[in-house]
Amino acid sequence: MSAFVAIVRRDLVLALRRKNEVITSVFFFVVVAALFPLGIGPEMNTLRLVAPGILWVGALLASMLSLGRMFAADHADGTLEQMALSPTSLPLLVAAKILAHWLLSGLPLVLLAPILGLQFDLSADALWVLTLSLLIGTPLLSLIGAIGAALTLGVRGGDVLLSLLVLPLYVPALVFGAGAVQAQISGLGASAHLSILVAMALVAAVFSPWASSAALRIALE
Amino acid sequence: MFSVSKLSCSRGDKRLFSGVHFAIEAGQWLHLEGDNGVGKTSLLRMACGLSSVAEGEITWQGQSIAQFPDAFRADLAYLGHQLALKEDLTPLENLLTDAHMAGQKLTPANAMAALAQLGLRGREHLPVRVLSQGQKRRAALSRLLARKARLWILDEPFVALDAAAQNALTQVINAHLQAQGLVLLTSHQAVSLQGQGLSYRLQA
Repeated sequence: MSAFVAIVRRDLVLALRRKNEVITSVFFFVVVAALFPLGIGPEMNTLRLVAPGILWVGALLASMLSLGRMFAADHADGTLEQMALSPTSLPLLVAAKILAHWLLSGLPLVLLAPILGLQFDLSADALWVLTLSLLIGTPLLSLIGAIGAALTLGVRGGDVLLSLLVLPLYVPALVFGAGAVQAQISGLGASAHLSILVAMALVAAVFSPWASSAALRIALE
Repeated sequence: MFSVSKLSCSRGDKRLFSGVHFAIEAGQWLHLEGDNGVGKTSLLRMACGLSSVAEGEITWQGQSIAQFPDAFRADLAYLGHQLALKEDLTPLENLLTDAHMAGQKLTPANAMAALAQLGLRGREHLPVRVLSQGQKRRAALSRLLARKARLWILDEPFVALDAAAQNALTQVINAHLQAQGLVLLTSHQAVSLQGQGLSYRLQA
């Protein structure tokens, strides 16, 4: 377990010493969410209608921006080799990398979402559901993205391939995440959508570290 | 203890080496020689279990490393061409993280002692990116002292080191051999270490 904590702490310290990488994806999310209301115009009903989709798509793309870097630095400087040769199981170490990725590029989006949602005139209920759906959904994005990042590691032009690989897998998260907010706004209640989102996150939490570490071992050969 | 038998390696259509056969016992070291591009690094990566073995077998304490990787990895320390150091962390932080990753308890005092032994005293708290190439290698080599591994696999450990650092490293390896450790290394220089030294020349 100390290995898990050590990896998370190392990745957070590295991010603090090189802040621009974290700020890029957060800034992207803020800019996207801030520009849409200006472009669409001050029509409240339209804004409320498009808000869940825009905020979720923004969060999804922002989280994807940093995916390529999840294992690339470790691969380049040889840390990944040492991780693969460590007596601690690789899936556990990969799970720590995924957690660190979420803390750096998912959690800030969750915390910003309610503030950005205000621009779309969302009600307090809808803001709450939006935050909750992102809190469940962004870890899911990091978990799915890790498999893609591991599979495209070391591939030339891997970033394009990564988005082609990962975007279709992101669609269910987007549908049920944005759907939860829409259901809440239309008065149906969000619990069904959120339950499905939780189920997907749990399945991904079990499978993604194993699938990613299998892909990493292939990349290291 | 550690043995390689009938090992071969191909890259595409090209056969790099075949029928490689050697064994290292406790307290022995083996110097793997060969011309550039003959496959020394490939052989070492196979010996660590990083690359899969198509033909032949590698065993540690009588057990195949492919079948029992966990027992083998607990006893292994590998130093490759890539130093596995984070440029934005200090040598001390790198060393501590690495030990935790290997599931070992390393106190900061012990880590400082390991760095001092390889001549990095006073540079423990500088980021690795400001160190020179040789100092980076020293920081990477200090990992050998911090980890309690029996088998050391070292790819060109003497490269980019000055005379003082080469001496320090030789002493570190000698101490390891005296403690019944095993060393498998490649080097283009002549290597003189204590204990029983073997050498194997890799040929295409």
